[in-house]
Amino acid sequence: MSAGGEGAGSPEPAPSLELVGIDKRFGEVHANKAVDLVVRRGSIHGIVGENGAGKSTLMSIVYGFYEADAGEIRVNGRPVRIRAPREAIAAGIGMVHQHFMLVEPLSVLDNVMLGAEGGALLRAGARKARAELERLSTEYGLAIDPDAIVGDLPVGLQQRVELLKALVRGADILVLDEPTAVLTPEEADHLFRLLRVLASEGKTVILITHKLREIMAVTSRVSVMRRGEMVATLDTADTSPGQLAELMVGRRVLLRVEKGPARLGALRLQVQNLTVVDAKGTPRVRDVSFGVHAGEIVGVAGISGNGQSELLEALAGMRPIAGGRITLGSTEIGPELRDPHVLRRRGLLHVPEDRLRMGLVPPFEACESAILGFHEEERYRAGPLLSRDAVIEDTREKMESYDVRPPAPLLRTSKFSGGNQQKLVLAREIERSPKVLLVGQPTRGVDIGAIEFIHRRLVALRDAGVAILLVSVELDEIMGLADRVVVMCGGRVTGERLTSETDERELGLLMAGVSEQAA
Amino acid sequence: MSAPIEVPRWVDLALVPALAVVAAFLVAGLVVLAIGENPLSATLILLRGALGSGEGLGFTLYYATNFIFTGLAVAVAFHAGLFNIGGEGQATLGGLGAALVCLRLDFLPAWALVPLGALSAAAFGAAWAFIPAWLQARRGSHIVITTIMFNMLASALLVYLLVNVMGKPGSMSVETRVFAPAAHVPFVHELAAQFGVPIPASPLNLSFVLALAMAALMWVVLWRTRLGYAIRTVGASPTAAAYAGISNTRVIVVAMLISGGLAGLVAVNEIMGVQERLLLEFTSGAGFIGIAVALMGRSHPFGIVLASILFGVLYQGGTELAFDMPSITRDMVVTISGLVILFAGALDGLFRRPLAAAFAGRGKGA
Repeated sequence: MSAGGEGAGSPEPAPSLELVGIDKRFGEVHANKAVDLVVRRGSIHGIVGENGAGKSTLMSIVYGFYEADAGEIRVNGRPVRIRAPREAIAAGIGMVHQHFMLVEPLSVLDNVMLGAEGGALLRAGARKARAELERLSTEYGLAIDPDAIVGDLPVGLQQRVELLKALVRGADILVLDEPTAVLTPEEADHLFRLLRVLASEGKTVILITHKLREIMAVTSRVSVMRRGEMVATLDTADTSPGQLAELMVGRRVLLRVEKGPARLGALRLQVQNLTVVDAKGTPRVRDVSFGVHAGEIVGVAGISGNGQSELLEALAGMRPIAGGRITLGSTEIGPELRDPHVLRRRGLLHVPEDRLRMGLVPPFEACESAILGFHEEERYRAGPLLSRDAVIEDTREKMESYDVRPPAPLLRTSKFSGGNQQKLVLAREIERSPKVLLVGQPTRGVDIGAIEFIHRRLVALRDAGVAILLVSVELDEIMGLADRVVVMCGGRVTGERLTSETDERELGLLMAGVSEQAA
Repeated sequence: MSAPIEVPRWVDLALVPALAVVAAFLVAGLVVLAIGENPLSATLILLRGALGSGEGLGFTLYYATNFIFTGLAVAVAFHAGLFNIGGEGQATLGGLGAALVCLRLDFLPAWALVPLGALSAAAFGAAWAFIPAWLQARRGSHIVITTIMFNMLASALLVYLLVNVMGKPGSMSVETRVFAPAAHVPFVHELAAQFGVPIPASPLNLSFVLALAMAALMWVVLWRTRLGYAIRTVGASPTAAAYAGISNTRVIVVAMLISGGLAGLVAVNEIMGVQERLLLEFTSGAGFIGIAVALMGRSHPFGIVLASILFGVLYQGGTELAFDMPSITRDMVVTISGLVILFAGALDGLFRRPLAAAFAGRGKGA
């Protein structure tokens, strides 16, 4: 395997960014172990790795959020010391965060100027920033209305503002952290085209992602991190998704979910003309209808924020509904049954989208999180008290059968990795033998090894006759797992397809709201 | 993007508060120095006054009793994510509840009257907390604001009742008549004398035992019952509670009832134990000290007992200090308490951060 970087004294010009022996510990955790990285000027360089492999730490060091314990950062061959984002910007490094750092009520121009106002009065700075924006839009095709309010812009354009912010500050090296997480496939393609233009103009792009498809599509070189170490740097053309996945996990992994055809049973969950309105009175789910049978997985695809979360919460009884009917088995779920607690007892279980805000209580011991929603159950009782022994024993068993690591029921929930937290939630919900299982983003922030495990469990559950509704923003996941897919856009269902009879392009169009006929 | 502060448990529970106290004393020492007194001898007088004699110790624990009740009250609400500033008002109403029973039912024997008085104190305190709780749970009125307002209402209500309704006839002082002896919560020195153990007289009474029992009970309730689980879930993550089907409304109301009840128990110590009549301002700020105590004790019953004793020491020792060093007034003692609150509560991260860094560093060497 052609691991390692390029040899010293290569005839090329100095690399745009060079990391030498970067080492960082957080207490007992060795987040970066003597990491070396060479990024060539004008290249798009991918960095992949599982969660907790150290990618984010490494990039946080490059951007000055942390300082490395040891090692050197060189920009254009010159050693630099970066102790704060300010110094990273001065060194020509810009970052586009996964979660945008924008002030939504302000205009594009204001956001671009923020932190670089150039004096107490805004006029001069504003004029300069406006000129810069104009130049960039002609140079790179980054057109945008400087006076638009950021909060009104679609997500793809908000990301463009982030990119512009970095460029206006003179960034030569752009670090993008999971940039496509919030984009439609269309928007993602557009972003990649843009990145190629930027690279051809001499900018250097570092792309952090866990989507191997994107690495293959857009990068010229790719570095793989595993457990804090840089295990390989390869030319993208010489590698394959399979090889990258293997390098990331350290063993062979199945990227495809193996499953047979679905054997459909009775209709278990039926949603008719469901409308959900949020606290401000804005309709989030509009007139949505679909059904889920025993023994099938129905996927709900859509870009995040298009009503899927509200749909899931309404079905789970966490949100009032403004109209329509929900039928569980043969019972219509009227207002008196619309309570998570009641629905749970009727066999509707829920793996929520956001495990840290809903599925678990981060500061609690793992065993306390493992009974969330079920703490009233008879088996955890000891007279008037909660039986601690029963709770711990029960958690220990779940941890064993779901391979949660470390198997420590008393460890604080927040100390577990994303994958292990998710396994804990799954164990809790699946183990109650659900009739209907609602699953939101089951593999968000979960490492590849655990993804494989979770997918296998879900398929096994389907084959055992559970009706599963899977909400995911990962099209790959929907395509791999679901038997049927319902696409949502702007709160409406824009299409329903059998996964075997559609492709990502068609789903992408439906996700973007292109109507059924046009698609 | 700062990393969460992680330190070993003993550092969190013992070392950080201890450092805060030491820092508070150092700064207070500077103030003492500035007014021309010797800080070292001031500290000695303070400690000797609070702990150096049986009498002093009795006073210290008597003060601590109030702080345990109000500290627990703040902590229980805090575990449900609520900041109950209303301990003062709830304790005041507790006094009313205790006094009504002690005045009206004084034909009862002591074994019935004392528990009834205590229950009534708790019930009145709880009822006073119920209104802000209900407003928070159902109408979203912020509990900090409403409990502060309810403190003022309670104080005004007590003045009105004592002046116009319950006051001792023919007396100028704003207080009720003295309760019947059966309403008296026995002093510890009285009990000790019955067993032939002579200890110096002090206001320390059996309420202190009640306070310790409440601390133990609250630990059990919070960490070993379904109710406690629900309370902590709502406090730690309202969204997770909603997901679990735990009713935020119910938990807010129940937690505040417990909180108000605990604050109301201050009256058992002050009204039934020591004053034996209802009078104005008997809470003397215990409701507010409870906030500092809960902060310093990290909302854990054991920590609250320790922090209460510390504040008891400051109160009792401070009184002695004001007596022995004329240039140090009562205000000086308030200053020292204020500094402890500042360092232990508001400037918590001051020591936690460097300690966390130090421990992270030690991990590096290992």
